[in-house]
Amino acid sequence: MADHLRPYRVLLASRMRAQMQYRTSFVTDILGTVAVGIVELAEVWVIFHNVDVLGGLDFPAALLVFALSNIGFALADMFVGHLDSLPTHIRAGRVDAFYVRPLPLLAQLMTSDISLRRIGRLSVALVALVVALSTAGVAWSGATVALIILTIVSGTAIFAALFTAAGGVQFFLVDGAEFTNAFTYGGSYAAQQSQRIFPDPLRILWTFVIPTAFVAYLPTIAILDLPGDTLAPTWLAWFTPVAALLAWVVAGLCWRAGTRHYQGAGG
Amino acid sequence: MTTNSVFGLIRAAVLLAAIASAGTSIGGYTAPMAVAFVWWGQALLGTVNLWGFHDVKERVRTGDIAIDFLRPINPQVAYLASDLGRAGVNMLGRGLPALLVGALLFDLAWPPGWLSWLLGLLSIVLAVVVAFAGNFIVNLLAFWLVEVRGVQLVWMIVAGFFCGLYLPVPWFPDWLRTIAQWSPFPSMLQIPLDLLSGRVMGPEMAPAVAVQVFWAITLLGLGQVVLRAGRRHLEVQGG
Repeated sequence: MADHLRPYRVLLASRMRAQMQYRTSFVTDILGTVAVGIVELAEVWVIFHNVDVLGGLDFPAALLVFALSNIGFALADMFVGHLDSLPTHIRAGRVDAFYVRPLPLLAQLMTSDISLRRIGRLSVALVALVVALSTAGVAWSGATVALIILTIVSGTAIFAALFTAAGGVQFFLVDGAEFTNAFTYGGSYAAQQSQRIFPDPLRILWTFVIPTAFVAYLPTIAILDLPGDTLAPTWLAWFTPVAALLAWVVAGLCWRAGTRHYQGAGG
Repeated sequence: MTTNSVFGLIRAAVLLAAIASAGTSIGGYTAPMAVAFVWWGQALLGTVNLWGFHDVKERVRTGDIAIDFLRPINPQVAYLASDLGRAGVNMLGRGLPALLVGALLFDLAWPPGWLSWLLGLLSIVLAVVVAFAGNFIVNLLAFWLVEVRGVQLVWMIVAGFFCGLYLPVPWFPDWLRTIAQWSPFPSMLQIPLDLLSGRVMGPEMAPAVAVQVFWAITLLGLGQVVLRAGRRHLEVQGG
């Protein structure tokens, strides 16, 4: 097993070293993503400067939704966000080079980069998580801790699945990043909101089709023991891993269909 | 287009929920005006170049800018002309469809009179000019810094927040709004959105456009000064 993973370890380590080679540039990049995180946080804060409750959530609860969704997205973005550049690889014919190597394509692409600068956004989200958990009045228990950990792991998996599904679709669309961004980045934006602000058809979309409601909103309802509603009962939060699993089944099928469809760059 | 529409849908839901939670309006925005703010904003997102451009800084870095200096037209004017062309095509190809999606799905407040339409459209053109002029200066910093990616990133984040892309500037707390109002950023998006959504009407419209004219002239003028200083600083290798 360890032997099998060794190439990936070497690849990732080299990627990390490469990014930290130019120290100033690396620090600026991180500061940049910190600033992006702060601006997104400011968006939530400005809204709550005007209102006390939004979509059934007060500020600490909204902060928890923000934190959980951002942690999941930042982690997924760090590990597989570079699948975004797949269209460029496809058009330049570089995907063929990956095929020649004796490792699975998806695993290679995932480990072809690791965007350490996303740590900036991640740290903003972690600070938000600590503040939210300490001000929202959480009734701590083993179940709460388990749910938080489960949510972060599954949330990351859900966003990673979205990136992978989007990548699989690129083999058909070739220049379709514009289209798939709607689901990856749009999904991340939707995940940051109280789902109660959406009309029912959109809520069903964000719960059962692109399961971003599971990333933050549903767990928040359960963690803070808020009254849910028909589309967001408290127990649904525990199905977050199931949502992640289903998302990965779909992502796997998309990826398979995409790579089967791929005929090479020719020439 | 799809991405614009999805972000428009989500942002409209957020603003409408906030307004419903506060009563009937926040910062002068009623529900239909907030919808107009969101969808005109999505429509103008590509038209007004908020994210900046890279061609000028690349030409400075490679030295190709020297060729631009040899041409019988001022480089700033030449790049402005091509940016205005890009903006026009973008407005027709991406802006109008996004606006149409918003108008079909929501109750959207149209500009309240022909003067609002007229000044609103003029304000869009001025917003394109202000955003270009600001970005042009950032690009020119490459004369001294070589790599301006960091400056561009900061510009993008600050401009995005203070221009009213995410939330209307009138929703900001007082101190933050004051900072925004003393900066050129609202002239890049918030002012046209105010005119087109009908939040700013009647005698308030002329001062709003005047602010944009001021920033357009100031930033274009500053751009000329920086361009001249950069030209003196420039040394191009080779022959």
